[in-house]
Amino acid sequence: MEATIHMIILSMLLAVAIAIVRIKDLFAVVMLAGIYGLLSATFFVLMDAMDVAFTEAAVGAGISTLLMLTALSMTGRYASTGSSYKPLLALGLVVFTGAMLIFGTTDLPSIGDPQSPVNTHVGYDYLATTPEDIDIPNVVAAVLASYRGFDTFGEVVVIFTAGIGVLALLMRTPLNTSAVASMRDHVVLRVVAKMLIPLILLFGLYVQFHGEYGPGGGFQAGVIFASAFFLYAMLFGLGAARKVINMTLVRLLSALGVLIYGSVGLVSMLNGHNFLDYNALAANPIDGQHYGIILVELGVGITVASVMIIIFFTFSSRSQNEGDSD
Amino acid sequence: MLTHYLSWGLLVLGGFLCVSGAIGLLRFPDFFTRMHAASVTDTLAAGMIMCGLMLQAPSWIVFAKLVMILVFILLTAPTSGHALAKAALHSGMKPLLPDSKHAQGGL
Amino acid sequence: MNISGLFNYWVVMVLMMIGFYIVIAQPNLIKKLVGLTLFQTSVFIMYISAGKVTGGTAPILSDSFSLYSNPLPHVLILTAIVVGIATTAVGLSLVVRIKESYGTVEENEIHNRDKS
Repeated sequence: MEATIHMIILSMLLAVAIAIVRIKDLFAVVMLAGIYGLLSATFFVLMDAMDVAFTEAAVGAGISTLLMLTALSMTGRYASTGSSYKPLLALGLVVFTGAMLIFGTTDLPSIGDPQSPVNTHVGYDYLATTPEDIDIPNVVAAVLASYRGFDTFGEVVVIFTAGIGVLALLMRTPLNTSAVASMRDHVVLRVVAKMLIPLILLFGLYVQFHGEYGPGGGFQAGVIFASAFFLYAMLFGLGAARKVINMTLVRLLSALGVLIYGSVGLVSMLNGHNFLDYNALAANPIDGQHYGIILVELGVGITVASVMIIIFFTFSSRSQNEGDSD
Repeated sequence: MLTHYLSWGLLVLGGFLCVSGAIGLLRFPDFFTRMHAASVTDTLAAGMIMCGLMLQAPSWIVFAKLVMILVFILLTAPTSGHALAKAALHSGMKPLLPDSKHAQGGL
Repeated sequence: MNISGLFNYWVVMVLMMIGFYIVIAQPNLIKKLVGLTLFQTSVFIMYISAGKVTGGTAPILSDSFSLYSNPLPHVLILTAIVVGIATTAVGLSLVVRIKESYGTVEENEIHNRDKS
């Protein structure tokens, strides 16, 4: 029965992927890519990956679609009907690579096998040692923030660098647009948005601080927190949104998150332990782990939220400066 | 026992509404009627499924969370349908009325 | 070689190849980026399927469960998803700048304009 549900969702993914290849209308392609992300998130839930499903739904189905639509408004809606240089050669190469890969999967252990090499070494040791070393229920958060903290530090720096990259490519001094357009244009949307935005912010904070006890954590919380600002900017105009948050402050905050993460590591080093060794942060090592994880996830959440806000506002103000209506 | 059968009835009804909404999305002649089918799927079917799950909730905290999700769905799904219809009307699409000569295709 | 045990991997390979085809064969730059996103997401599906344990549950420790799925692929894929969106954002800003400089986002026309 489970295998049937897996096959149905995977077949839907295949159908969406084939539709993306064939369609020339880029608006439909971007929407289908959002559907693809949401179907993948559903599949991740079936595979017991709650944190990953949360992140994929927020990022792949939410932010990615939004950014592509904003870029699409500046580049043009339809792909030209001309085809590529040599489509048959590309098709042949793709079929050959696919055949090689499928031949390579025949030696893999079947999915769900508890004795496969993936599931018997380090992964399972984390499940056994988390209650003793760190004592939080969400093992994924423990591994992400503590056991594999270096990788997460690299990831936060990558997000920060992406924010800098987008700023370097697309930043323009914003036009001083007039204030909020008249209320009677979008009454229903504005009323509902005003009801929802505080709840979205609160939910983002809940996901941030509850990430050790259930699915959640810094990334998902940052994206959810930023999406409240996107909603406000889309409905009330970019000028009104700029009055709500100061872009200089957001840029400072994006660097502050990385600084918090690095400082936690430096404090550990100054106390004589290794970089990012949270046992040094308090007298009791388990308390030290808890402090370290909270601070580190806070840094991640702050950076992710501010970088998402920076990217969206930079794209929107570029689109506005070109003269398209927002 | 009654809650068990009631929750299964609500879940099956929600599933049927999902399927009928999907069929409507494919078969209706006009954008606005199709959007109505999608909006019904979003609001009513999801609401029925939530109510069915609420009757099966194992603890009060799960029940409270499901109530909050239901309120959120009831608040946002009709709004998104409204936003779609408003955008379509704003971009010039006219509804298919019984006396109009041609159907508004596309989208 | 059992069919239902490896079905996920085969579908993932086909999805990966579809994404790969879009990247190399479609001339529109935005569609190439969408194909790249398709490719990345299918790789995530492969990793997460590798970490699943039949009969297990999500790796959140609780007293009522004893068998959990492997948490390590989840951590790696969490990082990968966020890095993927960062790369897509920078890629999209590059496409916007290309459009402003060349006036088009079709690969053939960009090459022609560069040659002439």
